[in-house]
Amino acid sequence: MPNRRGLAALTAALALTASACGGGAAIGGDGGNAHPRTLTYWASNQGASLADDRRVLAPELARFQRRTGIKVKLEVIGWPDLLNRVLAATISGQGPDVLNIGNTWSASLQATGALLPFDPRLLTAIGGRNRFAPAALAATGAADRDPAAVPLYSLSYGLYWNRALFRRAGIPRPPTTWAELTADGRRLTGGGHYGLAIEGGNYAENAHHAFILGRQHGADFFTADGRPRFNTPQAVAAVKQYVDFMAKDRITAPGDAEYAAQQSLQDFATGRAAMLMWQSAASSLKAHGMPGDAYGVAPIPFQTANASGPTRVDSMVAGINLAVFRNSQNRDGAVKFVRFMTSTAEQKTLNAAFGSIPPVKDAQDDPAFATPDLTTLRQVLAHGAAPLPQVPDESQFETLVGTAIKDLFADAAAGRPVTDASVRAALTKAQQQLPTS
Amino acid sequence: MTVTASTTPPPAAELPATTSLRPRRRSRGAALPYLLLLPALLLELLVHLVPMVIGVVMSFKELTQFFVRDWGSAPWTGLGNYRVAVRFDAPVGQALLHSFLITCGFTALSVGLSWLLGTAAAILTQQGFRGRALLRGVFLVPYALPVYAAVITWSFMFQRDNGLVNHVLHDQLRLASGHPFWLIGGNSFAALVTVSVWRSWPFAFLCLTAGLQNIPRELYEAAAMDGAGIWQQVRRITLPSLRPVNQVLVLVLFLWTFNDFNTPYVLFGKSAPAAADVISIHIYQSSFITWNFGSGAAMSVLLLLFLLLVTVGYLVATARGRDADA
Amino acid sequence: MRETPGFVWTRRIVLTALAAFALAPVYVMLSSSLKPLAEVQDAFHWLPGRLTLRPYVDIWHTVPLAHYFVNSLIVAASSTVVSVLVAVFAAYGVSRFRFRGRRLFTVTVLSTQMFPGILFLLPLFLIFVDIGNATGVALYGSRGGLVLTYLTFSLPFSIWMLVGYFDSIPRELDEAALTDGCGPLGALLRVVVPAAVPGIVAVGVYAFMTAWGEVLFASVMTNDTTRTLAVGLQGYASQTDVYWNQVMAAALVVSVPVVAGFLLLQRYLVAGLTAGAVK
Repeated sequence: MPNRRGLAALTAALALTASACGGGAAIGGDGGNAHPRTLTYWASNQGASLADDRRVLAPELARFQRRTGIKVKLEVIGWPDLLNRVLAATISGQGPDVLNIGNTWSASLQATGALLPFDPRLLTAIGGRNRFAPAALAATGAADRDPAAVPLYSLSYGLYWNRALFRRAGIPRPPTTWAELTADGRRLTGGGHYGLAIEGGNYAENAHHAFILGRQHGADFFTADGRPRFNTPQAVAAVKQYVDFMAKDRITAPGDAEYAAQQSLQDFATGRAAMLMWQSAASSLKAHGMPGDAYGVAPIPFQTANASGPTRVDSMVAGINLAVFRNSQNRDGAVKFVRFMTSTAEQKTLNAAFGSIPPVKDAQDDPAFATPDLTTLRQVLAHGAAPLPQVPDESQFETLVGTAIKDLFADAAAGRPVTDASVRAALTKAQQQLPTS
Repeated sequence: MTVTASTTPPPAAELPATTSLRPRRRSRGAALPYLLLLPALLLELLVHLVPMVIGVVMSFKELTQFFVRDWGSAPWTGLGNYRVAVRFDAPVGQALLHSFLITCGFTALSVGLSWLLGTAAAILTQQGFRGRALLRGVFLVPYALPVYAAVITWSFMFQRDNGLVNHVLHDQLRLASGHPFWLIGGNSFAALVTVSVWRSWPFAFLCLTAGLQNIPRELYEAAAMDGAGIWQQVRRITLPSLRPVNQVLVLVLFLWTFNDFNTPYVLFGKSAPAAADVISIHIYQSSFITWNFGSGAAMSVLLLLFLLLVTVGYLVATARGRDADA
Repeated sequence: MRETPGFVWTRRIVLTALAAFALAPVYVMLSSSLKPLAEVQDAFHWLPGRLTLRPYVDIWHTVPLAHYFVNSLIVAASSTVVSVLVAVFAAYGVSRFRFRGRRLFTVTVLSTQMFPGILFLLPLFLIFVDIGNATGVALYGSRGGLVLTYLTFSLPFSIWMLVGYFDSIPRELDEAALTDGCGPLGALLRVVVPAAVPGIVAVGVYAFMTAWGEVLFASVMTNDTTRTLAVGLQGYASQTDVYWNQVMAAALVVSVPVVAGFLLLQRYLVAGLTAGAVK
């Protein structure tokens, strides 16, 4: 029998605690400038390891401190944790002052209201919108709203090909269409070697390739008003083409279905695979002991030799944006820091260190970015790259569609048939897990 | 760990009727037991009960990314989240049902096998022999290892191209043709069951070993005089004597396994393969990956109701069984 | 009990197989941690081709393992101490007093063990944040918050086991202490606690292991400075390569203290279970 007095006490305690946490409206509210001397900065993992990033950033942050007197507390966060940490910061209102975000998350995070919008006044404070490459700016949030972040590092996909293996197979140049790629791939496959390495267990990589191939097939994964449309015939064709490298063309090792920790990069570096589609792989390949002259970088192939118009897409606009957390207690300092990080000098130093392309136009002329690979990647970025859909559900698109493709690769690797129907079923299931579908 | 208070009638019931202590001062005496319980009660309120109430509240809200900054402002949806979760002809409900059935199968297999191995090991080590103490220590190692350290090792062992499992199955025993996958595709279910059994059978062993020590030796001696062989003694004395232990143990293992998040999370990462998409991971995905916390909360509440139902049903059924015995 | 040859052989085979099953991961940890990186990236072999101790040196630099270790130690030790203290008081109350709400208390506390962690993760997170905003006591992101969370995880089982243990201690002992002029608390500390040492040790071991191994809450409630081993160990995977040899070395290093402690104290655990829980 519940005791009446005990029950009353319990109810009281419940009420007490519940009232202490009824809605977080009061949390921090909006930020301000209560702590003008320090900044907390969450950096994403751009180098070969977290320690690498700290090594690159430390002298730059020291320079910022010398100039402004503001001390920057740096935390480098690995990609597997970053989105969750940003989410926790969003919910709690307790986060960093400035943070790196994957540029594809811009619209999703914009929708939460956790990031300070770069309104015209703020954009002017960092030198104006025109300093940035238009492609990079296109991936900073919904088109009709102030950017939620500004571009920091730009990346694009390229087709990395092993010169020695191509020469040995008698192939003079990298493929420019998918038909050529699969034909070349077949010639390069055999004796434990494979034509193409794929990071099949990595949902983000899968989602990116689904997007690129999707655009080539004319698929949009979202309607104009942001509703998901993952299972259109064009989307099915795109995803099937990607999975078929393993399922039908057999130019990708079945073991790749399990890869989620950059093993495909390693396979390419060690010559176990002759081709790889990756973003700015140079520094990682070097870390794996592959010299720069052992491989070439070409644009990702198209469906036809003379692709043009809206289907002439061979990369997503990849990259990292820099955002200011709305609850920051040092907003002015945070904006100063963004201005510093996007200054031409810092852009040159940082992008050169990380092997990425500066989204700031003035910095691109530096000879550091004129190597053949970076020239190719820069041209792709300027002419063939499309931003991922800038809609609130974008980050869910990546996880859901990427995971669906991961399961399809698992089917392919186990020798189960991958058909239009099975691809459509997987994509339909992914789509319907979204609340807005 | 469990709801066992009501399982085993508090041991006090078995003792002669207890008389409460006579404290020296009456007024203090009345408050004292409550004061003793207060810290525990406050802590449980703070960390379990109040959050659970908030969780239930959230399950009636449309708590998506647009509102996570201030969850109080999320619009009410009434039973909307629940309706979506249980509409089994639509994909969300279908996926939840699929995940629920997978979890049931996984739990049944894992609990059954853990119990079987634990019982076998406890009975076989009941008699003294050389090396028994060492062996007991060895058996408890999986229970003592931190989950993440152990499961990360299993994920290494299950790797297709450089793991121990395929090396043994294919290269050495020639049982498998080619190198099968264990961490993706259909086999991931078997991998999950294996790791789960590996982690929980030592606990069954521990409890049953403790239970065996309460069986009076005279029972065995009497049976031996009646001419019962060792297998008959196991069947006629040991197993029936372990019934009360088993009653608690099976429930504990069931709740543990059904709710287990750590094992699949460390083994497969954030997105478990479809064949091993157990409910805890499924709900985690539905809330933390798709940022739809209201829907995730509704699924958690449904899960809690199910566990409550099973637990109460189990307790009633086993209590009746026990009364019939007595 | 007379053992037939059939029984002895069954015993040998079954127990050997179980021991191999139990120890396989430990063997993999040990042997892989002694291999160079290239070897763990290649097909599995039982014995290292070339022995190296490098992974044991490198683990401390690849991620700040020592830092995580200290965090885990602080969190696990504090939550153990508090959990045992709270459990001893509560169990004493339940075991020695008859009062209204006694059964409600036990049922409520034990039923919390049924809650799926995922249900109260986000709410608990919000509560910690709000307490922090209202009082300035930082629980989110602090070790204190983790201590509070973990100790409630082990509390229900601890109380339940200690109630059983205390019940098995004859009441005449505390009656005698009371007549000697001790108050009820004096009786608890001077008589009941010393007699219940095995049970208390068992509960402590359980509380420590619970806190040492938890992953889900640690992944949401910690930051760079308060990260525990459960989350920190994943850091070896966010490198250029997955350093499997280092992962295995680190896994072994973080396991040794708990496994050793557990094996040393296991007889208390069996004794505690025998007297208390398994009645």
